[in-house]
Amino acid sequence: MTVLAQAKVSGPEIDWAALAPIVALTAGACLVLLVGLARAPFVRERVVPVFSALVLAVTAGLCVWQWGENESIVASALAMDDLTRSLCLIFCVAAVATVALSWRSAAAVEAGEGEYYALLLSSVLGMVILVAAQNFVVLFLGFELLSIPLYVLCATHMRREHSLESGLKYLIIGSVGSATLLYGLALIYGATGSTDFAGVAAAASELRSDALLLAGMALVVAGLAFKASVAPFHQWTPDVYEGAPTPITAFMAVATKTAAFGVLLRLFDVALISASSSWAPALAALAAVTILVGNVGAIGQSSLKRLLAYSSVAQAGYMLAGVVVSTRLGIQATVFYLAAYLVMNLAAFAVITARERETDAGDDISSLYGLGADRPWLAWPMTIAMLSLAGFPATAGFFGKLFLIEAAVDNEYAWLGVAIVLGSALSLVYYLRVVAAVWMRAPSEAVALAGGRMGGAGGRPAMAGGAPEGDVEGAADGERERGERGEPARPGVPARREGGAAGAVAAGGGGGGGGAGELERERARGDRIRQPEVAVVAVVCALATIALGIYPDPLFDAARDAGAAIVGLV
Amino acid sequence: MTIHLSILVFWPLAFALLGAFAPRRAAPVFALVGAVIPLGHSVLMLLDFEAGARGLQYLTDDEWIPDLGIHYKLGVDGLNLWLVALTSLLFSASALWLTLRPPLRAPQFALHFGIAETAVLGAFLAQDLGVFVLFFDLILVPFYFLVGIWGGPDRIAAAVKMVVYTLVGSLLMLAAAAATAVLTARGEAELSFAFSDLAANPLPESTQKWLFVAFGLAFLIKMPAFPFHGWMPDAYRAMPLPALAVFSGVVSKVAAYGFLRIALPFFPEAAQDFQTILLVIAVLSILYGSVMAFTQTNVRLILGYSSMAQLGFITLGIFAVDGAAAGAQGALLHAVNHGLVVAPMFFVVALLAERAGGTEDIRDMGGIAFRAPVLAGLFLVATLATLAMPGSANFVGEFLILAGVFNSSMTFAFIASIGVVLAAVYALRMYIRTMHNRTGAAVTSFELSLRDGVVLVPLILAIVAFALYPQGALTHSEPAVKAVMAPVAQAGGAQQAAEVAP
Repeated sequence: MTVLAQAKVSGPEIDWAALAPIVALTAGACLVLLVGLARAPFVRERVVPVFSALVLAVTAGLCVWQWGENESIVASALAMDDLTRSLCLIFCVAAVATVALSWRSAAAVEAGEGEYYALLLSSVLGMVILVAAQNFVVLFLGFELLSIPLYVLCATHMRREHSLESGLKYLIIGSVGSATLLYGLALIYGATGSTDFAGVAAAASELRSDALLLAGMALVVAGLAFKASVAPFHQWTPDVYEGAPTPITAFMAVATKTAAFGVLLRLFDVALISASSSWAPALAALAAVTILVGNVGAIGQSSLKRLLAYSSVAQAGYMLAGVVVSTRLGIQATVFYLAAYLVMNLAAFAVITARERETDAGDDISSLYGLGADRPWLAWPMTIAMLSLAGFPATAGFFGKLFLIEAAVDNEYAWLGVAIVLGSALSLVYYLRVVAAVWMRAPSEAVALAGGRMGGAGGRPAMAGGAPEGDVEGAADGERERGERGEPARPGVPARREGGAAGAVAAGGGGGGGGAGELERERARGDRIRQPEVAVVAVVCALATIALGIYPDPLFDAARDAGAAIVGLV
Repeated sequence: MTIHLSILVFWPLAFALLGAFAPRRAAPVFALVGAVIPLGHSVLMLLDFEAGARGLQYLTDDEWIPDLGIHYKLGVDGLNLWLVALTSLLFSASALWLTLRPPLRAPQFALHFGIAETAVLGAFLAQDLGVFVLFFDLILVPFYFLVGIWGGPDRIAAAVKMVVYTLVGSLLMLAAAAATAVLTARGEAELSFAFSDLAANPLPESTQKWLFVAFGLAFLIKMPAFPFHGWMPDAYRAMPLPALAVFSGVVSKVAAYGFLRIALPFFPEAAQDFQTILLVIAVLSILYGSVMAFTQTNVRLILGYSSMAQLGFITLGIFAVDGAAAGAQGALLHAVNHGLVVAPMFFVVALLAERAGGTEDIRDMGGIAFRAPVLAGLFLVATLATLAMPGSANFVGEFLILAGVFNSSMTFAFIASIGVVLAAVYALRMYIRTMHNRTGAAVTSFELSLRDGVVLVPLILAIVAFALYPQGALTHSEPAVKAVMAPVAQAGGAQQAAEVAP
């Protein structure tokens, strides 16, 4: 007894300042859960989300405060360096945007606000731990902490069967991914005899073509590819994205992907860097396949969430190129692209969220018809987001792609750069379809479409496949043309000016809008000011996309710091 | 180091943004101010330009994105001086047209129009490959909206087709541009996209080849040249006329200019290797464009295919690569000529359609000259310029081009000369079928109104003035063109020497 009492148990020394973001998130998640137990609706519906956003802001603030201090903490289990912090900032921004988008979401109410936001925070916590992990045990811990809350969050929209289906599907596929990852980690441990990255890196340089190591790496790639939705492990993505509540879809699309790429960078560009000759070609092939599969898959989609799901698959392919080149430039390019991807995707999802609540078309592409004439504050963010995703100049996406291509060419992967641009060319087909829906179609076309497509069965659009739009389009187009186009009017008739003015009024509605179209537009008008926070998210993200497309220097600086955090790369 | 060119480039954009928030009626006025001031600016620049001097004038050079090696570098020399002036002239004319006939949703139209002018001017003035690619790709965005929102039949399909087609080339160019900079900097030099740095360290020939192919593809699609013109008919049919006037007038010239500014000086050996292929493409474009132009019945398409033929001539001149650089000089002159001629023609198309009951088909036209002698006269001037009547600047341009090609390859010169004859056929056919012949069923002929005259007359006067004094453009461009063509001619000489040696 006395011996035990006298024995000095010394735990690892902990650098609390560096650990602060993780502590803040943990404490915040617990507090949010407790506050959420309150009865008063005001507390649950207003205080809880605000408090969650506050926790995320504090976490982000702590990351900024600690910027530049690169160190391993907690017995070298976690690397709190600028790479972790830059990714953590991305998680926090994504989560804050998710909180804003969930403000009026039925999902949060159905699941219970406290639980909903606490799960969101713990998922963020899992992501931070995952990207900071320095050994396999912590890595897996973070991986599960990230995933399990997300399985639940996907299913929070309980009244919609799609949401439950989505949650279940994600749970099953995610578990398969986790198991694969775990098995792979175990094999690598078996081959190298070490669970921490430094030990693995030291051992791996001697067993480049060891079968055990190769098998382990293959399984790890597969496991992480599930999370990053890299083809051919992407099949769950469209279904889960479509079924999950839109704010959660936005969070998954941005944050989960970032986390997966963070750990890919750490694992392959640090721990397994000496075996890069065996994994780089495989990953390069995966990247090319992913670019192709994602872009081809997106072309036929009529659901915006499915479309963005496939687009996210394609984007994962682009970013994988940054991992493959395994240079510091590659890491910088990946981090840069992740940040650009964050703002442009959030803008798009914010607009989808807004339209889902305003129209009966759900997330169908027809929900955007007539947006340009009616709602410029939603139309422009969507347009900018799509152009940026496609990589048009004067947006963040342009420099992101340019940077990735430079990195690829720089390390003898010029063909991967060409694959990226060919993929982008293919992607134009569907991104421009969305832009066309925003600006070039009248809401009346959507009504005609909806009437033709379904008998009002709960407002669910057809899931996928070649859109039947083609047939209806022609007729509606022609009609609108005559109503709107005043170009070659009869000459000498002095009424031209008036024609212009009257046409302007009809510009949005078009000539052929039936009574239903009018009604719908009335409704849209009424809803205009009811969800300012969604519009704010959309506008802020769109402005950031443009700003980073014109003056990307701050982001480049951050990316350079993040790249510098990983030592030992050229 | 001056701010002149930045003002020139971004002035239209600034006014377009102001116009977007302006009241609906004031918006076209903003577009007009946004276009006219750059016109004045470029005219002053034209007068102030030092003709004999080598190198860039009004240079603006700043670091923009050090991590990517992109400099914000703009400059003027003999190569782009006249093209800039042409751009600002045509955009001013179109803006005036828009002010007098405001389209629906005018603020938005003005916004896209302003972005378009900024993008085109930026592409012409860029002295850094990154900046060039950025502006080159940006040109597409406003025209996508202009076609898709204000376009004619099948506007959305036409808009998407145009963007996808041309962006395949442009994106390849993006990859090639990144590769050019990275590979040039390989080793010791610092990563830089600036033209001057790229020209300083030429790449090995094998690398040059695939880069040249990527750039060449982008430019040929944009022009468009013969096998890559699939997007052109739909886009020309659907684009609103004021936009089409500038699109056909200057956007296609950006591509021709790209060959002179980038593809030839940076990849001279590759340009030599691919010379024959490009000459073949040029000749095919001339023949195919001409034949299509005199079989089409839609006036827009006649002009579209004739532009294709004229751009074939320009390509031919650029790749003549003769010792005295006459071909390239002629090509540059012809680029200005063609822009000057084709833009008023598209305005005339709008006027013809008004008189023929809204149709743009020459079968339904005819007899329009009857009560519109002034309009007919103006149209005739433009028509004669198109077919390169001796005395017009187009004649000088085509003559120089053919002279250049004669010096380097007799065969191509002979085949291309057929194109000159064909040009007379399609240009006169269009004029006669619309203006003379039997009066069409729905035709009501009436004279040019003052509103249309203020747009059309200055443009026609510009054609006449340029016909009287094309020498100005030639003196300005000579040193720059020779400097650009020198490495290619050198590479050609070296290759010939190598062939002779064994």
